[in-house]
Amino acid sequence: MAVNAARIKSDGTGQSPFLSTAMFAPAVLYILLLVGGPFVLAIFYAFSDARIGNAELHFVGLENFRSILESPSFRVAIRNSLVFTIGSQIVVVVSANILAIALETAFRGRGIVRFLILLPWVAPISLGAIGWKWILDSIYSVISWTLVALHFFKPFSAPMWLGEPHLAIASVLLVHSWRIIPFSTVILLAGRTAIPKDIPEAAAVDGAGFWRTQFQIVIPMMRPILSVAVLFGLIFTFTDMTVVYILTAGGPFDSTQTLPSLAFALGIQGSDLAAGAAISLFLVPLLVILAYFMLRVARRAEVS
Amino acid sequence: MALKFSSLLLDRVIRATVLAVFTVLLAFPFYWMIITSFKQNVDLYTMENNPFLFNAKPTLDHLKFLFTETRFVRWLGNTAFVGVVVVAITLFLAVPAAYALARLAGRWGERLGIAIFLTYLVPPTLLFIPLSRVVAFLGLQDSLWALILVYPTFTVPFSVWLLMGFFKSIPRELEDAAMVDGLTRFGAFLKLMIPISTSGILTVVIFTFTLVTQEFVYALTFISSESDQMIGTGIPIFLVRGDVYYWGALMAACLIASLPVAFLYNLFLDRFIAGFTVGAVK
Repeated sequence: MAVNAARIKSDGTGQSPFLSTAMFAPAVLYILLLVGGPFVLAIFYAFSDARIGNAELHFVGLENFRSILESPSFRVAIRNSLVFTIGSQIVVVVSANILAIALETAFRGRGIVRFLILLPWVAPISLGAIGWKWILDSIYSVISWTLVALHFFKPFSAPMWLGEPHLAIASVLLVHSWRIIPFSTVILLAGRTAIPKDIPEAAAVDGAGFWRTQFQIVIPMMRPILSVAVLFGLIFTFTDMTVVYILTAGGPFDSTQTLPSLAFALGIQGSDLAAGAAISLFLVPLLVILAYFMLRVARRAEVS
Repeated sequence: MALKFSSLLLDRVIRATVLAVFTVLLAFPFYWMIITSFKQNVDLYTMENNPFLFNAKPTLDHLKFLFTETRFVRWLGNTAFVGVVVVAITLFLAVPAAYALARLAGRWGERLGIAIFLTYLVPPTLLFIPLSRVVAFLGLQDSLWALILVYPTFTVPFSVWLLMGFFKSIPRELEDAAMVDGLTRFGAFLKLMIPISTSGILTVVIFTFTLVTQEFVYALTFISSESDQMIGTGIPIFLVRGDVYYWGALMAACLIASLPVAFLYNLFLDRFIAGFTVGAVK
C-alpha cells in the first residue's frame, strides 16, 4: 500500500518525467555531441577532399571510395583486419574454454593464477605490445635464442619475427589472441559458475563422459555467455590499432596494415583526412552486424 | 575405488598442466619485463648470453635512468590527472543518468539504456579523425584537456550500463518508503541511493580510471609534445630515441605502469564481469 501511495505521489506531482529527463539529459547530450556529431562528420569527410591544413572543403562524391577500393594496401588492410579478428578469435575461443574448465574447481593459489592470467587484458595494451616487441626483437629475441639453443636454427639464422610478412601477420594475430584470452576466460568462467552443479553431475551419473557432458550439456547451456564473449572479442580486435601500430607500424611493406592503422597512417600521418575517414567507415558494416547480434543476445536473455 | 582414485589424480594432473602452460604463456611478457629491467646492458646485448639468467650482476641503472633522465614521472602524473578529472566527469554524467534510466523512464528508459551501451561499441578508431578536427577547432591540440574532453565518450556509456544494473538490483521499496517519509524523488536519490550504491560507484571509479590508462589512439592522435604524454603513449614512443630502444628502462616503465592497474582491476573483477554479462547469466 505504501508503495502505491509513493508512486501516486511522485507521478501525481508530475515531477518524475521532468526529473528523469533532467537526470539523463546531460549524458545523452554529451554522447550526441561527441559520438554522434563526430560520426556524422566522419561520413561528411569521406565524401569530401578534407586535408589537414586545408581550410576549404569540396564535395567529391564517391571519389575517395573509388581510389581506396583501387589501392592494393587497402585490400591488404581489409584482409588483415578479417584475418586478425577471426583468426585470433578462434584461438581465443578454444583456449578460453580450456582455461575456464581448468579454473572452474577451486584450488589453493587460484587467486594468484587468476591474477597472472589476467595480466595481458588488464595491463595497458600498448605496454603489453612493447613487451612483445622486445621478445620478438630482430636480434635479441628470447624466442630465437631458445630455438637456436635447441638446435632448430643455426646461430644468426633464426627468422625475423616482425620482419617477414607472414611471420609478422602470425605474430600480430597471436598477440591479439594473447590479449583477449583472459577477457574471454573470465566471462566464460562466470557462465560456468552460473550453471547449477547438479546438471553436469546428473549427466555423469547417467554415464556421460567428460567430453559428452561438455559438448552436449555445458557448452549449449552457456551459449548466451559464449556469444557475449565472442562478440566483444571480435569487436575489441577488429577496432584495435594499438597492437599493429606498436609491433610493426603496418610493416613490413604495409603487409600487416589493418583498417584502423591504415586510416591513421593516411588520415593523420599523411594529412589526408578524407581518405582516413573513408577507410575507417569500412569498420561500420561489421560493427552493425555485431551490434545486432549483441542486441539479440540481450533480448533473448530478457525474455527467458 | 582404485580406478576412481587414479582418474581423479589424472584429472588433477591434466588441470595443473593446462594451467601451468597457459599461465606461462600469458604472463611471460611480464616476467620478461622484470628480468630485462634489472639486467646490465652488456648482459642484455650479448647474443651468446643465456637470456634467462643474469650473466652479469643485476643493476638498478635502468630504473635510475627512467626516473631521472626521462619524463616518465611526468607521464605518470599526467595520467593520474586525466584519470581523476575524467572520473569526476564520468560520475557526474553517468550516475544520475543510470538512475533515471533504471528507475524513472520505464520501458523507454531501458531502450535508451541499450542505445547508450551501443555507443560503447563505437570505437575510437572510427572517431579519431573527425575528433582530431574538433580538438583543433577548440584549440586543445597538444593539451591534456583534449583527452579530458573526449575520454568520457567511452567511460560514460560503460559506466551508465554498469550502474543501471546496479540500481535495478536495489529494491524500489527503499526509496518509496523514504519518499513516504517526506523526501522528494531527487532527495531519495541523493540521500539514500548514492550512499547505498557506494560499491557500485567505486567500481565505476576504478574502471573509468583503468580505461583512461589503457587508452592509446586518442592520446597518440591529439598529443605530440613529449611532456604532455600519457603512460600508454609516452613509454612506447618517447623512450625510443631515434632508432635506439632503451629496453631496460622501457621494460621497467611498462612493469611499473601496469602493475597498479592490474591490482585494482583484480579487486573489482567480479563487478566488471557482471557489467559485460548483464542478462546473459541468470
